[in-house]
Amino acid sequence: MTAAPLMSFIAVNRFGLGGRPEERAAAASDPRGWLKAQLAEDGTVSPAFAGLPAGGEVTGRLARAHEAEQEARRPPSLSPGAPGGGFGAETGVGAGAGAPRPGGGRVPPLVPPLSAVTDPANGDDAPMRRPPKLVIPPPPPGGGTPGGAAVGSEATVGLQDPLKQLQIELRDLFRREAGARIQAMATADQPFRERLVAFWSNHFTVSVRRSEVTGLVGAFEREAIRPHVTGHFEDMLLAAIRHPAMLLYLDNAQSIGPHSQVGLRSRRGLNENLAREILELRTLGVEGGYGQDDVRAFAAILTGWSVLGPRDVDGGTNGFVFRPATHEPGEKSLLGVRYPEGGESEGVAALAALARHPATARHVATRLARHFIADQPPAAAVARLERVFRDSGGDLGRLAGALVDSPEAWAEPLAKIKTPEELVVSTLRATGVIWPLDRVVGQLRQLGQMSFSAPSPAGWPDVAGEWIGPEAVMQRIEWCALAGHRLAPMVRPADLLEATIGPVARPETRQVVLQAASVAEAVTLLLASPEFQRR
Amino acid sequence: MLFRSTRRQFLVGLPVSLAVACPGFGSLALAMAAAPTARRLVVVILRGALDGLAAVAPYGDPAYRSQRGPLAMAEPGKADGLLDLGGHFGLHPALAPLHAFYRNGQLAVFHAVASPYRGRSHFDGQDLLETGFATPRQAPSSLREAGESGWLNRALGLLPVSHPFPQNRPGLAMGQTVPLILRGAAPVSSWAPAAMPEPNPDLIGRLVQLYLGDPLLAPALEEGLRGQLFADTALAVPAPAPVSPPPVGGMGGPTAATPAPASAPRPSGGDFPALAVTLARFLNPEAGPRVAVMELGGWDTHAGQGAAKGRLADALRPLAVGLAGLAQTLTPEIWRQTAVVVVTEFGRTVAVNGTGGTDHGTGGCAFLFGGAVVGGRVMTDWPGLAQPALFEGRDLMPTLDLRAVLKGVLRDHLGLPIAGINATVFPDSGAVAPVAGLIRT
Repeated sequence: MTAAPLMSFIAVNRFGLGGRPEERAAAASDPRGWLKAQLAEDGTVSPAFAGLPAGGEVTGRLARAHEAEQEARRPPSLSPGAPGGGFGAETGVGAGAGAPRPGGGRVPPLVPPLSAVTDPANGDDAPMRRPPKLVIPPPPPGGGTPGGAAVGSEATVGLQDPLKQLQIELRDLFRREAGARIQAMATADQPFRERLVAFWSNHFTVSVRRSEVTGLVGAFEREAIRPHVTGHFEDMLLAAIRHPAMLLYLDNAQSIGPHSQVGLRSRRGLNENLAREILELRTLGVEGGYGQDDVRAFAAILTGWSVLGPRDVDGGTNGFVFRPATHEPGEKSLLGVRYPEGGESEGVAALAALARHPATARHVATRLARHFIADQPPAAAVARLERVFRDSGGDLGRLAGALVDSPEAWAEPLAKIKTPEELVVSTLRATGVIWPLDRVVGQLRQLGQMSFSAPSPAGWPDVAGEWIGPEAVMQRIEWCALAGHRLAPMVRPADLLEATIGPVARPETRQVVLQAASVAEAVTLLLASPEFQRR
Repeated sequence: MLFRSTRRQFLVGLPVSLAVACPGFGSLALAMAAAPTARRLVVVILRGALDGLAAVAPYGDPAYRSQRGPLAMAEPGKADGLLDLGGHFGLHPALAPLHAFYRNGQLAVFHAVASPYRGRSHFDGQDLLETGFATPRQAPSSLREAGESGWLNRALGLLPVSHPFPQNRPGLAMGQTVPLILRGAAPVSSWAPAAMPEPNPDLIGRLVQLYLGDPLLAPALEEGLRGQLFADTALAVPAPAPVSPPPVGGMGGPTAATPAPASAPRPSGGDFPALAVTLARFLNPEAGPRVAVMELGGWDTHAGQGAAKGRLADALRPLAVGLAGLAQTLTPEIWRQTAVVVVTEFGRTVAVNGTGGTDHGTGGCAFLFGGAVVGGRVMTDWPGLAQPALFEGRDLMPTLDLRAVLKGVLRDHLGLPIAGINATVFPDSGAVAPVAGLIRT
């Protein structure tokens, strides 16, 4: 039987995101109960997300900006001027944001003005503090209207290109989203639930390494992941795949049935990227028993699943649109199941079937066990979770409860190395001190794990070997030193040690921390200690 | 002395307990004197599946234009045209910095090449590219107990001569973590540009103590210290003057024109060209690594791939600039001892897909680059692009096993015994004969 202090340590660190002051005490009397209580939706939304836009709004603005750009390319005499209203998400673009609109009310700008942006989408690891690449020119007098702003004034076309302007805004939005996500994790009252959000968000990775999704990644997590973390896998799968972020990230928005209306009169056709990654990464797993024919068939099924574009009037939900003119007609066969022609409903039915497939249960159970138990999870625990997934029809709340009930998850207190994000978040939670979010985001970028920027659709790795290398350890230590200096004025090392790694601290760690030459060094050594580096 | 004194010096190369006990123990001045030559091997992994038919286009194939459609590129000599590789194949114009090396015999291309993997998963494909096994996730029983390891790490174990500076590691990964290809029993180091201030040496010493016995953190910290001492020392040496490829008689073509960097104290860029130049500065000293790995992404061009310009061209450009920069930053002596292999997990579909891109395929191309290379040729048993010749009716048919190339390089460049290569580096590859004659003797 694991001792009580150790149980609360595991509850707070393994399942939670690292304890806030007093959190371990809250978990102490009934660690399992403390975790399970978090599986009940409490309906609150983290204030970290206040003011951040919905996916439909961003998609709508992108569509408008594309439309305006197309208009701007035509000779002015042919321009029909600003398109009329008719959709709620319409807002000003670029210089028009914040200006009074002809229709009345004032539209708040999507994001406050900025002086510099970085390019988070280019995939390199350059530090955030490099000089600004782009500076937004001051708005011209009089503002402008969407679609009409850049037309008819050749001198300003370059500066006011609505699409470029919006892209700059969206990059800044991305930085706010990345910061908001860290803030939400650092301040979560239901840290187990918040960890589940991060887990599922990673399972359904969308990443700004494809710049198309720069403004949508935060909305994706809020709209497709959060509502379903204790709901049903089938619903999360459908919400994630239908979200514009996913449809853009894995190219489905442009995929066209070769025999569809559009396919027949153009050279365009299928793109199998999304179909393949759903099968391989989101549902069955690579050994799930599908073949190339299944990938093609599934890609055909998903044709027409697209994103609001120029000239679309109805944004549907979150910017999703189904385009019958690009949907491949006719019956398809996926994994031996026939799907008669059914337009949009084919994809819904196919995703539902995939969600119920036994290989999906196995794949999801393995990934969960790897995250919460060990890099090489015990087979018995995986089998148990797999059974719960199948028997409950993919009830993710029941699955999380089964994890809490897994004895393997409580057997070894420090089985998992923290990812850089977990290291940073657990430090912020331990002290309750949050320094400027832009800085935190930049530091995470340096440590190799900036939010929403996973290197591939497979998401962030979940095994120690992928995170701990010689250079990575040096950088972790450097970050701990940075944090140590920042936190020194606000903490007492002995208290912080007890509140964080108390139940697992070895005598040598206590000694080194408590005998450090300064508070800053004591905190550095504590954060860098093998005990704090794990969960 | 040229090297900077840093916190790392006193800890490296000493038993950890000694380092902690005697923090003042002398600095390990690394000799930069002329020393016996030793071969250098760099492996560049292109993650995401490079379109081999775009990087090196078979413009002489009768089916090329019809199969590639909008992705087909203009012939050599035309605007934005391919750079000719001898009449049948052409180099993508974005790879222009490498063309002069080809004409000088310092770049070889392998085409219709593939690893043994025949699926289309990036992750399994890369897994196999890095483990050197014949099937995904199935280590032969002889190697299973050793745990996860990459073929390049296992190759380190077979190096015929030990490193002249035993405190330095012969293997280096350019990046924060060590990719699977270089992970394993042989200790290796990794390097990335520093961005945060360095903690004081005394504190590091106490962490060494705290990490003692930790199976994960102790070896990583020790390698980190070891690698950064070497890096600080190597980077304190000014980069050599740029070396242009020897002029090509009478052809007047483009020459690789990346200027070598000034002797910046510490590179700050994490991008591929900057990392490649930094790597060259690590490879130059005798104390430097013998084997290094670099990684580069951005190849998964499902949509809007483009032809002479576009997404793929934008990805190819830094690759070429980086490789040329590496060549120009190496001293002439080390350049003569260097081979760089550029590999990817698989090729892409022959036909353009519905979104102006290409999907996951099979056969593709690989490059061998360096002063030690017998290049200036495209080595291939060309299967053709006509529909019936394609693999599963969609991909370039692989006719050359990538392992044959790698085995040839390991044997003839690094001097590894073929029996050892077959037993531990590429198990289950006994039937795959090494390609001979790739390396100057």
